[in-house]
Amino acid sequence: MIFQSLKMAWSAILSNKMRSFLTMLGIIIGVVSLVVLVSIVSGATDSVTEQINSIGTNLLTVRITDDKENPLKLSELSEIAEKEEIGETAPIAQTGATAKSGYTSDDITVYGTTGAYYNIQGLTLAAGRFLKKSDMDNNTYVAVLNQTAAEEIFGTTNVIGEEISLDGRGFRIVGVLAEEESAVSSLTSGTLEAYIPYTTIIRMADNIFHITSFYASSADEDSMDAAESTLKTWMLERFGNDEDAFTIINQSALMETMGSVTNTLALMLGGIAGISLLVGGIGIMNIMLVSVTERTKEIGIRKAIGAGRASIMMQFLIEALMVSLMGCLAGIVLSVGILYLAGMAMEEMSFHISMGVVWVAVGFSVLIGVVFGIYPAGKAAGKPPIEALRYSG
Amino acid sequence: MTMIRFHDVSKIYHIGGEEVHALDHASMHISPGEFVSIIGPSGSGKSTMMNIIGCLDVADSGEYLLDGLPIEQYSERELTRVRNRKIGFIFQNFNLIQRMTAEENVELPLIYQGVRTAQRRQRVREALERVGLSKRGHHRPTELSGGQQQRVAIARALVTEPSLFLADEPTGNLDSRTGNEIMELFHELHERGNTLVLITHDEKVAQQACRRIRIFDGRVEEVDG
Repeated sequence: MIFQSLKMAWSAILSNKMRSFLTMLGIIIGVVSLVVLVSIVSGATDSVTEQINSIGTNLLTVRITDDKENPLKLSELSEIAEKEEIGETAPIAQTGATAKSGYTSDDITVYGTTGAYYNIQGLTLAAGRFLKKSDMDNNTYVAVLNQTAAEEIFGTTNVIGEEISLDGRGFRIVGVLAEEESAVSSLTSGTLEAYIPYTTIIRMADNIFHITSFYASSADEDSMDAAESTLKTWMLERFGNDEDAFTIINQSALMETMGSVTNTLALMLGGIAGISLLVGGIGIMNIMLVSVTERTKEIGIRKAIGAGRASIMMQFLIEALMVSLMGCLAGIVLSVGILYLAGMAMEEMSFHISMGVVWVAVGFSVLIGVVFGIYPAGKAAGKPPIEALRYSG
Repeated sequence: MTMIRFHDVSKIYHIGGEEVHALDHASMHISPGEFVSIIGPSGSGKSTMMNIIGCLDVADSGEYLLDGLPIEQYSERELTRVRNRKIGFIFQNFNLIQRMTAEENVELPLIYQGVRTAQRRQRVREALERVGLSKRGHHRPTELSGGQQQRVAIARALVTEPSLFLADEPTGNLDSRTGNEIMELFHELHERGNTLVLITHDEKVAQQACRRIRIFDGRVEEVDG
């Protein structure tokens, strides 16, 4: 009986192809907007999350705004690093300078830090070494360049042992960083960077006197909150319980915020797409009602030769369901195509259709088919046979 | 044993505020195997009688017994079953579903009976053969002449092997030659032991039946044939 109903619905849909297609179009557009929008948002979320993850989710950034005339010392940072929940700590200071080698000169950003910075930021070296503890202790004039700086100033990355002049002071190059391939670092990839010992930058720059910001990593990624609270406790103690003296930025908290923002976005866009699906459903109901009226005579004939209320109901309900499911299927196929093209157009983002939203679309389409099909089907089933037979339309 | 018994059956329609007595205390009976014609001018209530016999409509008052059981005692589901298995309808305007082929139209009552595909095909073929249309199975009603359409309708009625055939002016839309051919099919059905009720306003057609029930202004007068 189900198979026969499917056959009947199919022939009814085929008997009016244009109308069936236009009815389906409502569902197709709804499903496409739902699947494509949600997939794009989740694809964008994935790629941004990935980029944040590549920086490291166990990163805490501390900025000191009021040092109570008693600034942090490097030894105190080591003290923090010894705590169980904290992995490593590295101070950071930055200044602009002119880099010179031979006849080439260029503006460069100089960062003063310690060896721990390398691990905290998850950097990789292309050649040589990063800063060491002995560089701090001896205030040596050594520098690590990023790849862009090496290429711009020397024209090569093979510069270990070369001399570079930063604001007139000579530095020996001990290492070159590898170029990172994340979108966040690509934002800064145009800049020239040099890393020198923290103790050296204090001597060199006339506006850096002591530690105003530093990075800390947690012992592992799961203990971020513990690390943050340990750090906060220590800082409060150090700066006379003044919460406004410093700020701690938690990378994983940033991720969470980011996640909730994109979730809200996906939900909102999905909701808007859902509305268009709903409109498509109303289109189905509209056409089904017209169809029931047009086929009043047919309903009468069917009833006269022995179709029960249930069979008629089933016939029209399956027809509505079939229209909405066919629209849904076409919409999903179309979405796959659109996402494929979008993926080709924007190389850095990968859009794959999320199965979750596909099931939501299918479920929603079934629901719409049933909800908007049941009234017309009930109307058809409830027609008295004699009146339906007499109908001439 | 009577198959159909009407006892004081009345049916009143309200048309434009006026009461029309389509059936006015009509009583009659039909036995199994009979070929009865119900004759009357248009508006006499004969179609109403057929609709009530065929369980398409219900009487306002009076009693209609089908196979000895009052019709009120049938549930809607049972009435559907009666229409499907016991009664074969043949209408003046054929009432075929236009977008379906002759075969599909004939197949329809069997689908509602839940007959299996292979058996259904077999019975559809036999039914179309009996009405002489085995070669027209794939044609749609619009591609068939009036006489052929009526034969398809008869095939659709007899494919379920009902005990009662109800024909409402079956020759009304046909020329006299094709009308006679259709009447021959009815005689054949009668000879096979089926009960036939033929509704007509045409005296010549009515006379072919074994017994005539004359109806006028909703009142029944029986005439022996």
